[in-house]
Amino acid sequence: MRAALVALLCLLLLLMPVASHAQTASPVTAAAIVEDNRAQIEKPSRQTIGPVIAALAASGDPQAVMILQAWANRGLGLRKSDGAFVLLSEAPEGYALRGLDGSDAGTAPRAEITELRPNAGVRGIIANALVQFQLSDPDRARRAEALTTIARDPAPELLTPLRASIEAETDPALRAQKDRLNRLLTLRFDPDAAARIAAIESFSGDLGLDLRAALNPLLATTRRAAPEGAAFDGNIARTLEPGDDLTETEAYDSLVAAGLAPPRLTTAELKASLAANIVDGAVAGIPLADLNTQAARNRAYTALEVAGTVPVAATDEEVTQIVASHQFVETYAEPDPAITTAAQEVLAGIEIKLGAMQTADLALDALSLASIYFLAAIGLAITFGVMRVINMAHGEFIMMGAYTGYVVQLFIPNYTLSLIVALPLAFLVTFAAGVAMERLVIRHLYKRPLETLLATFGISIALQQLAKNIFGTQARPLTSPAWLDGALTFNDIVSISYIRVGIFVLAILFLMVFLWLMKRTRLGLEVRAVTQNPSMAASMGINPDRINMLTFGLGSGIAGIAGIAIGLFAKVTSELGNDYIVQSFMTVVVGGVGNIWGTLAGALMIGTLQKGIEWFNPSNTLAAQTYMILFIILFIQFRPRGIIALKGRAAGD
Amino acid sequence: MSKFKGALLASAIAMTAGQAIAQDETIKVGVLHSLSGSMAISETTLKDVMLMLIEEQNAKGGVLGKQLEAVVVDPASDWPLFAEKARELMTVSNVDVMFGCWTSVSRKSVLPVIEELNGLLFYPVQYEGEESSKNVFYTGAAPNQQAIPATDYFLEELGVEKFALLGTDYVYPRTTNNILDSYLKSKGIAESDIFVNYTPFGHSDWSKIVADVVALGADGKKVGVISTINGDANIGFYKELAAAGISADDIPVVAFSVGEEELSGLDTSNLVGHLAAWNYFQSAESDLNSEWIAKWKAFAGENRVFNDPMEAHVIGFNLWVQAVEKAGTTDVDAVREAMYGLETPNLTGGIAKMLPNHHLTKPVLIGEIRADGQFDIVSSTEPVPGDAWTDFLPESAVLEADWAELDCGMYNTETKTCVQIKSNY
Amino acid sequence: MTRTFLARNPSVLWFLLLLSLFTLGVTLLSEAYGLALISTSFIKTLGKTLCLCLAALAMDLIWGYAGILSLGHMAFFALGGYMIGMWLMYARTEAIVITALSNEALPATAQEIQNGIAAQIFGVVGASELPGVWVFAHSLPLQLLLVVLVPGLLALIFGWLAFRSRVTGVYLSILTQAMTLALALYLFQNDSGLRGNNGLSGLQNIPGLDAVSQDRISVWFLWASAAALGLGYLLVAWVVSGKFGSVIRAIRDDEARVRFLGYSVEGYKLFVFTLTAIIAAIAGALYYPQAGIINPAELAPIASIYLAVWVAIGGRGRLYGAVIGAALVSLLSSWFTGGRAPSLNLGFYTVNWVDWWLILLGLTFVCVTLFAPKGIGGLFDLWQGLRHPDRKGAALGPDDGALLEKEAKE
Repeated sequence: MRAALVALLCLLLLLMPVASHAQTASPVTAAAIVEDNRAQIEKPSRQTIGPVIAALAASGDPQAVMILQAWANRGLGLRKSDGAFVLLSEAPEGYALRGLDGSDAGTAPRAEITELRPNAGVRGIIANALVQFQLSDPDRARRAEALTTIARDPAPELLTPLRASIEAETDPALRAQKDRLNRLLTLRFDPDAAARIAAIESFSGDLGLDLRAALNPLLATTRRAAPEGAAFDGNIARTLEPGDDLTETEAYDSLVAAGLAPPRLTTAELKASLAANIVDGAVAGIPLADLNTQAARNRAYTALEVAGTVPVAATDEEVTQIVASHQFVETYAEPDPAITTAAQEVLAGIEIKLGAMQTADLALDALSLASIYFLAAIGLAITFGVMRVINMAHGEFIMMGAYTGYVVQLFIPNYTLSLIVALPLAFLVTFAAGVAMERLVIRHLYKRPLETLLATFGISIALQQLAKNIFGTQARPLTSPAWLDGALTFNDIVSISYIRVGIFVLAILFLMVFLWLMKRTRLGLEVRAVTQNPSMAASMGINPDRINMLTFGLGSGIAGIAGIAIGLFAKVTSELGNDYIVQSFMTVVVGGVGNIWGTLAGALMIGTLQKGIEWFNPSNTLAAQTYMILFIILFIQFRPRGIIALKGRAAGD
Repeated sequence: MSKFKGALLASAIAMTAGQAIAQDETIKVGVLHSLSGSMAISETTLKDVMLMLIEEQNAKGGVLGKQLEAVVVDPASDWPLFAEKARELMTVSNVDVMFGCWTSVSRKSVLPVIEELNGLLFYPVQYEGEESSKNVFYTGAAPNQQAIPATDYFLEELGVEKFALLGTDYVYPRTTNNILDSYLKSKGIAESDIFVNYTPFGHSDWSKIVADVVALGADGKKVGVISTINGDANIGFYKELAAAGISADDIPVVAFSVGEEELSGLDTSNLVGHLAAWNYFQSAESDLNSEWIAKWKAFAGENRVFNDPMEAHVIGFNLWVQAVEKAGTTDVDAVREAMYGLETPNLTGGIAKMLPNHHLTKPVLIGEIRADGQFDIVSSTEPVPGDAWTDFLPESAVLEADWAELDCGMYNTETKTCVQIKSNY
Repeated sequence: MTRTFLARNPSVLWFLLLLSLFTLGVTLLSEAYGLALISTSFIKTLGKTLCLCLAALAMDLIWGYAGILSLGHMAFFALGGYMIGMWLMYARTEAIVITALSNEALPATAQEIQNGIAAQIFGVVGASELPGVWVFAHSLPLQLLLVVLVPGLLALIFGWLAFRSRVTGVYLSILTQAMTLALALYLFQNDSGLRGNNGLSGLQNIPGLDAVSQDRISVWFLWASAAALGLGYLLVAWVVSGKFGSVIRAIRDDEARVRFLGYSVEGYKLFVFTLTAIIAAIAGALYYPQAGIINPAELAPIASIYLAVWVAIGGRGRLYGAVIGAALVSLLSSWFTGGRAPSLNLGFYTVNWVDWWLILLGLTFVCVTLFAPKGIGGLFDLWQGLRHPDRKGAALGPDDGALLEKEAKE
């Protein structure tokens, strides 16, 4: 669409005075063109600026390219004192200025200059106009930029300069890109049908989004209707059978839209015509008071029809008849059947692969969500799963970890370094908080689990409010280092951001650390002993108090690290913990309390389930969360001990 | 227990009695903004603006020769509490006017109370329209002063052909998207080219939705995102957008609820070029604006920002003062009558005029996000008159609000009848 | 029977007496019927507090007596509010629509009226059709029935599923919390047909009572709430006093033994769960017309946890404790967060209660749990000179969580 617009404007250009100037009278300087179109350039609109930009590009003045580039990059300004156009570059005290002819014009403070800010649409047109100059630019970055512009906005007139630049391209990556763009432009804009078909077929099996974006417009269809027996012109995609492919109402509506049938009478129109025909408090002999049902109104209208006062409205039988006497087809926008067939074959060829890739992407998303839930829940798996202590403040420990990360970033501006410092620090902070809580509160409540729940809830609201008092309710930034920016991209469909990969790796790491700790260390042995039978463990010389304290601290510390991970990918607010607490508990309960593999299974199930529901109903993410929780409630009813249930004595009660 | 309840009663009596003693020596201005709870972050600054305005007016000699007195209450982001506090302000503190509310729910909660007691409320936030109360002046943007011009910008300046309407699941995005859906169809955009998604408040898992938006580009049409995502959820959304490497040139995003405040929660270097539409940006270049920002910073502190709803309060307060002086009284009906047609300058240039439908004329600004978290204004319109009932939904197109002539907020122009005097809540 | 029941429970009489005195006192001080010393907004607050007390009573029955820590009872409370709110909104809008349509040339059809109502109610959330759940909204008796039926059925089904599969203790708490979260998320969706995040509003305007001022209506609701609380107290006191009460306390203390004795533990639990859900729903149905607006935020899990907090602070296992806890904490909360409490100047730091109240509440709660598990109700024992053996925290009964000392004395 935009490409077509530019093409049209280029044509118009030839007819316009400003353009003929540029074409014929040899030295029309770029500066003059800018001056002539001052009003347009000061407040450009994408819809009207095209000819001016085209004229500049076609002027042949080497300054024109400079001006266009400066304009697009907000380097063109107006000097407030005399209204002159100046090219701007940064200088210590404001701007260094140059005139449009390139001459030095001194410097000016910022307040003296009005920067021109063309919007993105205008910048796009400028970029398109600059492509021809950039395709063979010695600077590789410029050439790459030109290719991005072509890919973003493929236009027919770019085909020739692009082809011309391929031979001389030395950079292999850019050359491959140019070649691909060449084929993409060819399949859309080449006048030769055979070349187009060849280009289409060359893409067989390709999954690129750009390819589908090029092919799908060729296959766009429009629905058309005609009387029975009449022939359709154009490239017919398929014929539609009313009743099978489209409903009778749809068919009739399309006939109305095409002017082939009169519109149906709506209830509002019926009401209006009745109201227009009130005679002595009655319509067609039916008193007004009786017209409070649709049936009575229909009767009145029929009576009026019979009397000839109102036009006869189409009845349902007539509608059926009219629809039956017409045929409906869909036609392609592309007139050449050979091309549409080729395009269809290519698209059909990648259909299955495409579906598989979409599933893979969804699976990655699910895995990522699962790893986030796992990370949030793993601390709970220790405190709740192993120690059977309900810690409602677990979410707040996650929050504390996230805020620790934020505070560290305030002091250490290097994001990588701050992350390295923040991870252990968050562990220490929440470990200490966990130990303190265990010593002061939970220790006294081991025999009263329900009350632990309430006491820790009290701590939870206090901590949350404390965070609000200290950090405010506004979200705080926790920025990931540059090497975690961007996404791991397998192809145009399957990709996942590095930060999520990082969280995934962290989750795996924690799983392994947990397993190692529990199965391979003295501490793990003691923890398991104390969990199974505290008094027996105590008589074996283990100090249950110490073990409980350490275990609780460990669970809390892991929550702190999870907080940093969650803060990095989402946000840091005082309500961060709230968002995860119920889900975390459910992850642990669904998986099966007291078993880390269960927690893993729980997280996987919840993540997959949620993404699956989102896939079914992409327009409502809230519904996915609702039904996920509902499913879990039902699941627990039927498997109260979770996916992986402990058996025997380990199961406790 | 009886002792306890007795004490409670005594304190309640003391409370009411104490307030009754204060005589009408001052004109009381109620400030009904949450100072705690989830909305505190947005609303506390509005309370501060009101205190600054009142202080400044008192320095100028007050209104009608009387000093103004601010009565600040805290509805604590709790919607039923808004109604309770509004009643308290009007019946116990006897305020003459109120400035307050942020969310639509809080406004809807307050509406029945102020209509019952014939109060006066200035509501400063952009909202979904479809409402006109006799007792409320809407100094924020109606959809035609924000959403529709931004969509026009997408259609005309950026050439967007396929729209993703992403919103948080509550009334403002729902109604706005409904209006936009109807508007886009009237502009020839097919049903299949409009993708709608609603997410919960504070949503953080955006990867699937961003991937869905990218996939929309598969049929070769230019995709644009219109975001009515609210508050914290924006951070996750923009982070995912940046991670997916989506530049504003590929898929531009225009947001209606993202301002300087929200952007301070994230690194904007990857978001340069994405858009926001407001009636005010702090970066707008005008003398009046610089003056106000300086005043605000002197009052509240150097690193505080000034934003759109704050400008709305400045305009609303100026208009109210003018109206009171014109009417010579603070009586609600007299002030209301005096309001229509009053004018005051916008901080970004142009004049704000109070219309008989209780909305203002406002310029619409569209800004591109800069790397420093401020906005470059790339488009600004002449002042647009606010429309209470949108012209793009069939049921609303026939409705009109005119409290000056028709004395009705919901007037059906087809049947020439007033549908209802009280507003719908 | 009643005589003996009341004689055995003198506290019930005392409670009812105090409640009536309180109601009478407030009425005499109200703007509508007395000295106008209490503002209408405060009367509404008091009326709402009475409803919260009733909900706390239900919570005490299910937690304090039956030992089931349900963290989802505010869901039933809010559902009750939604059910009555639907009628209030529908009837009010119906009156408006009928008046508006009566100006037209033709008399309105039933369909037109319904379309008009739907457009009015759902216009603000971008829909114009009346969802299926509103099918009974036109009728007050039916909707009143739903106030009891919907939460009751939900509790019955949920409880049946949960108790049948022997979900107990903290698992049940988490499950009930999940239930209220799921319900809240469901109601947050616009598709649920209850106006999503906006909820139902303008509920204080009672259809047909347009001419009556809110000053009067607020007092009427106060009476209704007081009556409901009084009746609820009687009912709950009666339930816990007889053999039934002994069985549910026994279930709290040792479920397995009661089961071995041949009682249908699940049946008892289910009955208590459903009964309390219904009581909470009735409280909600009285609460929201006074609050004026109901939206899904009212169902947030934290609301139900607060309910438990009130009961715990007031004192579990004694009915007046629940009432005291709910009244005291909710009124104090609204006083402290309302910005009216004077700031405390410590010299180096000024404590602003709006910011610090929740911290104080949270810590109080921890302290109550740790040091005064009997809550404020424990003060009454002190006053009556009842002393219990100090067991240094060791439990009395077979179940560790039980507070059996009082029962042990009986």
